[in-house]
Amino acid sequence: MAVLKTEELTYIYSEGTPFEKTAVDHVNLEINEGEMVGVIGHTGSGKSTLIQHFNGLLKATSGRVLLDGVDIWADKTKIRDVRFQVGLVFQYPEYQIFEETVYKDIAFGCKNMGLDEAEIKRRVIETAYDTGLSEELLKRSPFELSGGQKRRVAIAGVMAMKPKVLILDEPAAGLDPSGRDKIFECIKNYHRKYNNTILIVSHSMEDTASFADKILVMNQSKVFCYDDTVNVFARAEEITEIGLDVPQITKVFIELKKRGFDFGKEVYTVDYAKKLLLEYLKERQGR
Amino acid sequence: MLKDITIGQFFPGDSIIHRLDPRFKIIMTFIFIIMIFTGKSMICLGIGAVYTVTAVLLSKIKFKMFVKSIKPLMPFLLITAFLNILFVNGETVYFHWKFIKITSEGINVSIFMIIRIVMLIVGSSLLTYTTSPITLTDAVERLLSPLKRFKFPVHELAMMMSIALRFIPTLIEETDKIISAQKARGAEIDTGSLLNRAKNLVSILIPLFISSFRRADELATAMECRCYSGGEGRTRLRQLKSSSMDYIALSVTVFFLLCVIMTNLIYS
Repeated sequence: MAVLKTEELTYIYSEGTPFEKTAVDHVNLEINEGEMVGVIGHTGSGKSTLIQHFNGLLKATSGRVLLDGVDIWADKTKIRDVRFQVGLVFQYPEYQIFEETVYKDIAFGCKNMGLDEAEIKRRVIETAYDTGLSEELLKRSPFELSGGQKRRVAIAGVMAMKPKVLILDEPAAGLDPSGRDKIFECIKNYHRKYNNTILIVSHSMEDTASFADKILVMNQSKVFCYDDTVNVFARAEEITEIGLDVPQITKVFIELKKRGFDFGKEVYTVDYAKKLLLEYLKERQGR
Repeated sequence: MLKDITIGQFFPGDSIIHRLDPRFKIIMTFIFIIMIFTGKSMICLGIGAVYTVTAVLLSKIKFKMFVKSIKPLMPFLLITAFLNILFVNGETVYFHWKFIKITSEGINVSIFMIIRIVMLIVGSSLLTYTTSPITLTDAVERLLSPLKRFKFPVHELAMMMSIALRFIPTLIEETDKIISAQKARGAEIDTGSLLNRAKNLVSILIPLFISSFRRADELATAMECRCYSGGEGRTRLRQLKSSSMDYIALSVTVFFLLCVIMTNLIYS
């Protein structure tokens, strides 16, 4: 069943001023429970605006967002509950940290939910563990931590609310390779553990290809395509045409195909490529 | 919410008003303000209104934008007007109850005051709507330059002003982002009880302060890297040049001011 669904969602910025701009243009989407979706697109393609509709931070100019089949704006007073169910982690979330200790900052969302102390404590410790933050770190000030640690504190703050749908906007932006690997590792583990729905906005095809079950490609405020990862990369050439990059390994296989080595399959991860190539080589040796 | 702030906003364009020398525009705005405040009768305000409306039409900026600049101040205007109506004493009394008296003078004073302030806002918005912040500070620097003789740090002041203006939109954007982020964590900012809202303000102010300091620090480093060392010997990219149009516009403004003063003299 679709946990999140949009119907003809449209959002226009500064309507009626010289700065008017349609940021989201008649978007129809269905995101199923337990899926790991990668959202890609250029800067200004409307992806960040789109995701802010999912938890009711922005109200669509026209169209609806359905959470579990219910319009999130059906009852305006319940919009806060929607925000607890659809957790949103913004770009550079470490800039929203404000509490004196890491513990308090992770607990902020849970406190707003009105949970009791014991439950909050349990959740904070659990998510701190999930995000690889040691317990000793919880007593420290978040401002003393490294960039990557701060980022994980901010993400943990949202994860602790145990949202049904977790949306992350460029969670690895501006981090060094080891920092970004850690973040993606945390997210993948979290997904495996709770099997909730996760949307990750990214502009890196390489990253997206490695984790996503499905990929949503946004282009010029519209949905360019939304499909299983395999099918999306089957359209690698079209994607390159709208100016987005496909993973390097996919490019290699497109070139191989041009030179007469057609594997007949879409390749977007290095591991899969290795398997295919080894099989092929074995076959050739056998001949 | 924050997007409604239009102070310091600039709408690029190519109208006569846009092309005027910013120094002249600042002087004219001053004359305009004097004109509005010296006017003692409705006729004077009428003259001011003719001036304002002409300028607005010439600027080719949508009327809606001016309405937007007045909107946030409307509650204050209405409250003061209301108090004026209730407490200004006069001869023709319409309604009397204990200490409250509604008089025709009171009503007149309130209407007069509202028109005056609305015109003031529209006139000064016109300056920022049609002049980019950078040229505006350039003009301020030039206009204040005689003060340099008295060791007044004119350049530094203008630089601070342009940096401040430059960072208004950035800070608004940043604030918006932080508000959204805290709302996403369930903070009650524009809903909930007053006490909760006040408490949650901390969650916005602290990140905002931290990022302001970070930005200031980064900017200072960036300026030093480019060998900024104050105004001494600095040349400018945009030279301000006045044309005959500027002098015509200035004369028109002065003419209007004289009209207002004359009317005052005649009717007093």
